[in-house]
Amino acid sequence: MTTLVETETLDLAARFPGSAAADTRPGYSDWIVNKDKLVEVATTLRDEFGYDLLSHVTGVDYFPDKMEVVYEAFKTTGGPGVLFKVQVPRVDPIEVPSVTPIWPGAEFQEREIWDLYGIKFTNHPDLRRILMWEGFEGHPLRKDWHEPFYEEDFKPLKSRWPDGKYVSSEDKNPYKDNLQFPQNFDPEKVKIDGEAPLYDTLQKYTTVDGGIKTDHIIVNMGPQHPSTHGVFRAAVVLDGETIVSLKPVMGYLHRNHEKIGERNTFLQNMPYTDRLDYFNSMSNNWGYSLAVEKLMNIKVAERAEYLRVIMAELSRIQNHLILIGMLLNDLGAYFTPALYAFEERELILDIFEATSGTRMMCNYHRFGGVSRDLPEGVLEKIRGLVEDRLPRKADEFDRLLTENEIFISRMKGVKVMDAEDAVKYSITGPVLRAAGVPYDVRRAQPYGIYDRFDFDVALRHNGDLYDNYLIRLDEIRQSIRILQQAVKQMPEGPINSQKPQYQVRVPAGEAYGRIEAPKGELGYYVISTGKPNPWRYHVRAPSFINITALEKMCVGKKIADFVVILGVLDIVLGELDR
Amino acid sequence: MTDNKELNSPGYEIPEDLQHAVSITTIDRLYNWGRRWSVWPMMFGLACCAIEMIAAQAARYDLARFGMEVMRPSPRQSDLMIVAGTVTKKMIPAIVRLYNQMPEPKYVVAMGACASGGGPFKEGYNVVAGVDKFVPVDVYIPGCPPTPQALTAGLMKLQEKIDKESIRKVRWYQKGADSVELPIPVLGPDLMDPRRYNEIKMLAAKPAEPATESKA
Repeated sequence: MTTLVETETLDLAARFPGSAAADTRPGYSDWIVNKDKLVEVATTLRDEFGYDLLSHVTGVDYFPDKMEVVYEAFKTTGGPGVLFKVQVPRVDPIEVPSVTPIWPGAEFQEREIWDLYGIKFTNHPDLRRILMWEGFEGHPLRKDWHEPFYEEDFKPLKSRWPDGKYVSSEDKNPYKDNLQFPQNFDPEKVKIDGEAPLYDTLQKYTTVDGGIKTDHIIVNMGPQHPSTHGVFRAAVVLDGETIVSLKPVMGYLHRNHEKIGERNTFLQNMPYTDRLDYFNSMSNNWGYSLAVEKLMNIKVAERAEYLRVIMAELSRIQNHLILIGMLLNDLGAYFTPALYAFEERELILDIFEATSGTRMMCNYHRFGGVSRDLPEGVLEKIRGLVEDRLPRKADEFDRLLTENEIFISRMKGVKVMDAEDAVKYSITGPVLRAAGVPYDVRRAQPYGIYDRFDFDVALRHNGDLYDNYLIRLDEIRQSIRILQQAVKQMPEGPINSQKPQYQVRVPAGEAYGRIEAPKGELGYYVISTGKPNPWRYHVRAPSFINITALEKMCVGKKIADFVVILGVLDIVLGELDR
Repeated sequence: MTDNKELNSPGYEIPEDLQHAVSITTIDRLYNWGRRWSVWPMMFGLACCAIEMIAAQAARYDLARFGMEVMRPSPRQSDLMIVAGTVTKKMIPAIVRLYNQMPEPKYVVAMGACASGGGPFKEGYNVVAGVDKFVPVDVYIPGCPPTPQALTAGLMKLQEKIDKESIRKVRWYQKGADSVELPIPVLGPDLMDPRRYNEIKMLAAKPAEPATESKA
């Protein structure tokens, strides 16, 4: 790597005259880069300016004239990021050079943009559909592509509101179902082999040893497999038990969050964010409210800031507990450790239920605050948990598992990722920190009131499975530290700085709000045009981006290690497929 | 164990000295009683609801009280498919295949709003509005997600349903019942149900109405 240029202000326009210009649209910021110079600009940003971590790549359809690809990169040393965009006319074929050679972490995100927007990335190593299947008709996130149950562009739908009439979407569709087909389509004449392109990308081999021909075996793990934590699938080529090649296949839980999110009003999206990472609805809400609050330029009520921290950290604790429990499941200690984990989780869910009304889908944040204050007695419960019970239980897990010989021999030395590769592949969260990179959004670019608390960024150095387990215990302990301070410091006062309202006014512009979710950097990229609905609502899901390097992590290891690697990666399908 | 009364309501008078030694019951009752307490669910989670399903299995809610704690990852060994989560078009071929692979007698519980009718994601282009469009459902459980208590209540409903079965009438003892398999949907330009090929062909040949003209 070349030496970094220490610049206070990054001026791309001066560095690349004629090929980069400031984005001057009201509410927008940073840079618009010429398509032909994209690779050069990206390389410069990474090598000279030190923006080594590509956070997210996404498309925006400015119907009817242009498409935009938005990139945002951060420094692993902390601080704000740089946002740059490429604009292309909206005429097929739409082509943009791929940045995957510069930041390999862009690989799946570019595939997603191809799938949903139909933007081709030249020089991309493996450009296939990722969430939908090969052969699907159309690119669904384009503004002029309408789903079969389409009624109108924005909610609330006129057919139902304000009269409250009941309308069945099925009645409006000619197929009486969520279906649409091209004109004169004949299902018996189509020949589709959606799986062929997948199997073509797998690296296969045949060897002849002593006259005996040895062939590869292809194993499909998933979409229904107990180790994949949901409907994830991996196509694996094996040599004996050793993994030769592996391709993740996803989209089995693609619930069209982003398309639905663009129809919803800003506030209607809040309960949908709950269902992304369904273990941590409390932290999912936060990323989205951060982004919209940035756009609205409002402050959050003081007490609400503390409530947000308390709920998010409790959420992190139960997430890591479940991870440890389920990891032991995957290792073969069937369900006993998971029972211990669920016992503590129930206590935390009790707090969520008492406060928000539901156990899992809390829908707790509002722009400017939270929806409800703590009911009587709940603060005492939280205090009891964080001062007494949870520290004890963290020690109990430690005693039970950390020194266990079978556990250690299975986990120690099985490398998941080293620091350099982890950064290249845009991995964030505990997996990155277990590899030795002290990058935590709570410290790198503090949001909310995290700058007021005294805590350490948990860090391990080996990047093996064992460190990935240990770092979860470390983080539980740090979260308990934060909670102990937050419970002590929380002031009385209102829980929302705004009046409760059904529809919020959001000025035009773009905003990216990111938080350190238990699984990594969770961000929301929201574009408003000043209307009641967001023009673009993109989720930067840590599970999805962390999985990009799965093949690199697994090749050369045993198939049984793949199960454990997937376990410590902590994917959740609601977020991975969105 | 359950009280013997459940089995032992014969309608015949049993002499008092034999009451602890002799039971008179019907085959149906014995058969249903045996099965209702040993329903093995498939370890099959789709989305958020699966987490509540696991919570129902875990310490506090303890489904083992109903003989349902034996989760089988293989469809070949399970009696009950709890469709726990949003059913997508990409996933439905696998779900139908799993259903076909389950041996009779088999039951399906649609857990949550999504599996029952599409739920909050119904309008999504990749979402199947209810698993009952493809596999027969025995019990629907509302909620998003249903709490473990609601799941337990739904499973008790299933037990009540099992109680009402008669060995003479159940479908899996009918002639040829084992060979009945549901056709597996195909992923084309959109999801294609083989049972509806003719209908799709006919409707697609019609001139586009404003509602279908959406594709640009």
